[in-house]
Amino acid sequence: MNEHDQDRMKNLLQQALPPVDGEPEPGRDLWPAVLRRLDAKPAPALSGWAWFDGALLAGLVGLAAFFPASIPVLLYYL
Amino acid sequence: MRNGLSGVLNEFRQRSPETFEAAFETLFRLHQRAVYGWILRIVRNPAAAEDLTVETFWRIHRAHARFEPSRGFEGWARRIATHAALDWLRTRRAESELSMEACADLKAPAVADPAITAEILRKTALAFQRLPPKLRIAATLAVVEEQSQKDMAAALGISVAAVKQRVFRALRLLRKDLERQGITP
Repeated sequence: MNEHDQDRMKNLLQQALPPVDGEPEPGRDLWPAVLRRLDAKPAPALSGWAWFDGALLAGLVGLAAFFPASIPVLLYYL
Repeated sequence: MRNGLSGVLNEFRQRSPETFEAAFETLFRLHQRAVYGWILRIVRNPAAAEDLTVETFWRIHRAHARFEPSRGFEGWARRIATHAALDWLRTRRAESELSMEACADLKAPAVADPAITAEILRKTALAFQRLPPKLRIAATLAVVEEQSQKDMAAALGISVAAVKQRVFRALRLLRKDLERQGITP
């Protein structure tokens, strides 16, 4: 494609897609939307909690298995 | 895009969250119009440009720790906005975007050459949508919006030579697409 072809393509493109005039403004105030987006908390890191929960559950199960007498005490504090 | 608050994020980063948020709102109010305009020139869809402006400032907020005042806020914001727009273009299928309703707010094509019919312009616009997003951005900004290649290179994170190459490839692909449809530009 030579320079002449490029110029013709540019001309065609400029006619097909007219440029945006001036400095356009948004049709609404976008700050509330930005605030909502900033306030949206990311999902908590499930892997860390899952590990902690698993360890706690394993400890309680072990305690109940080796010391059955502790079961009423555990149930009391649940 | 104005560049008067190039150091504002760094300045308020060290203060309280409330102070930072107030400063961020000031920054947003000062630059939102320029960011919106830049994005609109790329995506050519006012509703999408509004959503992408919100997305851009969210990304700016998230990445503020990496902001380097020496490089200026303008270029940094444009670069983030360009990447947000590029992500949006990648998620859109060619046949569903740039609908006439979405572009109703933009200026209608003005046929200067009588040999170029409205049908040719419509096919050109559709062929343009089929270009790869990276080439589309380059062609839109360089040919349609007549932005400087230096600004484009900074926004796209590539060299000026690479910008020229992308524009050339975009025009060449566009020409081939039109030729396949029996249109000789």
